[in-house]
Amino acid sequence: MDFGVIERNWSFLLGQGFIGLGAFAGGTLRLAVPALALGFVLGLFIGIARLARSRWVRIPATLYVEFFRGVPLVMVIFWFWFILPQALGVALPEYGIALTAFVVFEAAYFGEIVRAGVQSVPRGEVEAALSSGLGQAQTMRHVVLPQALRNMIPALVTQFIVLFKDTSLASIIGYVDLTKAAQIVNNREIRPFELYLFIAVIYWLCAYGMSRYAGYLERQLATA
Amino acid sequence: MKYTFDWSVLWSGQAGLWLLQGLLTTLAISAVAWLIALALGIVAGALRTARFAPLRIIATAYVEFFRNVPLLVWMFFFYFAVPTLLPQPVQEWLYDHGAEFSAGTAALGVYHGARFSEMIRAGIQSIPKTQLEAALSTGLSAAQAYRLVILPIALRLIVPPLTNETLNLLKNSSVALTIGVAELTFQTRQIETYTAKAIEALTAGTLIYLILCLAIARAMAHVERRFAIPGMVGSAAEK
Repeated sequence: MDFGVIERNWSFLLGQGFIGLGAFAGGTLRLAVPALALGFVLGLFIGIARLARSRWVRIPATLYVEFFRGVPLVMVIFWFWFILPQALGVALPEYGIALTAFVVFEAAYFGEIVRAGVQSVPRGEVEAALSSGLGQAQTMRHVVLPQALRNMIPALVTQFIVLFKDTSLASIIGYVDLTKAAQIVNNREIRPFELYLFIAVIYWLCAYGMSRYAGYLERQLATA
Repeated sequence: MKYTFDWSVLWSGQAGLWLLQGLLTTLAISAVAWLIALALGIVAGALRTARFAPLRIIATAYVEFFRNVPLLVWMFFFYFAVPTLLPQPVQEWLYDHGAEFSAGTAALGVYHGARFSEMIRAGIQSIPKTQLEAALSTGLSAAQAYRLVILPIALRLIVPPLTNETLNLLKNSSVALTIGVAELTFQTRQIETYTAKAIEALTAGTLIYLILCLAIARAMAHVERRFAIPGMVGSAAEK
């Protein structure tokens, strides 16, 4: 056991790998945070589209969700790795590929959360809003979504934990996140036990912290 | 986009054989890991509802530790780190007998075991307390009451979330390609490497996953109907 390896590579592992400051366009947080924001926005549209009255909107959204929930994330990452440069005709950095893959993939899961959230708003709220003279879109924006979002918060935090852990898979296309940083250091120092235990602890602290926070939010919402 | 499709790469050469081998490896690693996960999940899930605090704490520590770290990290940990802790002869035996497969199975099993246990705990907690009290008052010991009364009911209640989690396990088995297990995604990549036909190879792999997921969902729906407890269906809906 030689935990000095962590100390020697501290700034590379945490600065470069975890946060994303350094020579590589990498970082677990730099991928996870925009993927969360963009994935949620896309998921919002997909979740609402799944509840649309027109089947031309509803069926494509349903197919989207069912497709991405039936395929492993690793497969989706490889798809984008091959397709995006082909389709755009330019070489893309790993960051762009990983971010696109995560946004598209996670949007399917966020969409399901949004749908459940919207469905949790009592039907009477919609009827009351419509009868007060609001339009369909206004009802959605001013009455349904504010309530639905509140109900969604615990599920959203849980899904963010999943996304946060999933970002480790971006390392398979060479994106330098925390996992890849540990691999790089390990190739040089051959200290697998210390390094993988160290990153496990880092991931654990973040994920466990967030899950405690999700539990706290759930209790807050239950009493409110 | 200048890409010429050539779907024949999928049935000429060895591609078909590779896909079949990949499919079988995916099924094998998922099946073994599923059994490990179910066994760990039942034990940990039951212990988390135990009255004796030390047992509860051990089970909670296992669950919280394993499910809050990415599966990929567990794969690397079990493949690269754990063997270095084992005695030399065991290490050599492992490397001679497909260490990738055993490490991948172990990682997948313990990771999903932690997730299974949460569902099983929810299932147990959804059973009215009186069931346990009645079982204990007939003279059964706590262990017998769990084994003969509580767990059989809990397992029948959690079939729907168990289906979901089983599909997650199947999809997550693809992460094992990172440590060199030649499962379906690995073989898909191999076809791409040999033929340079990425879209064809990925389409084949993706379709196989979709069909597998649909087939398992169908089979589990049958199991759900077969084992549903009239009047208690859906009462254990947590995640």
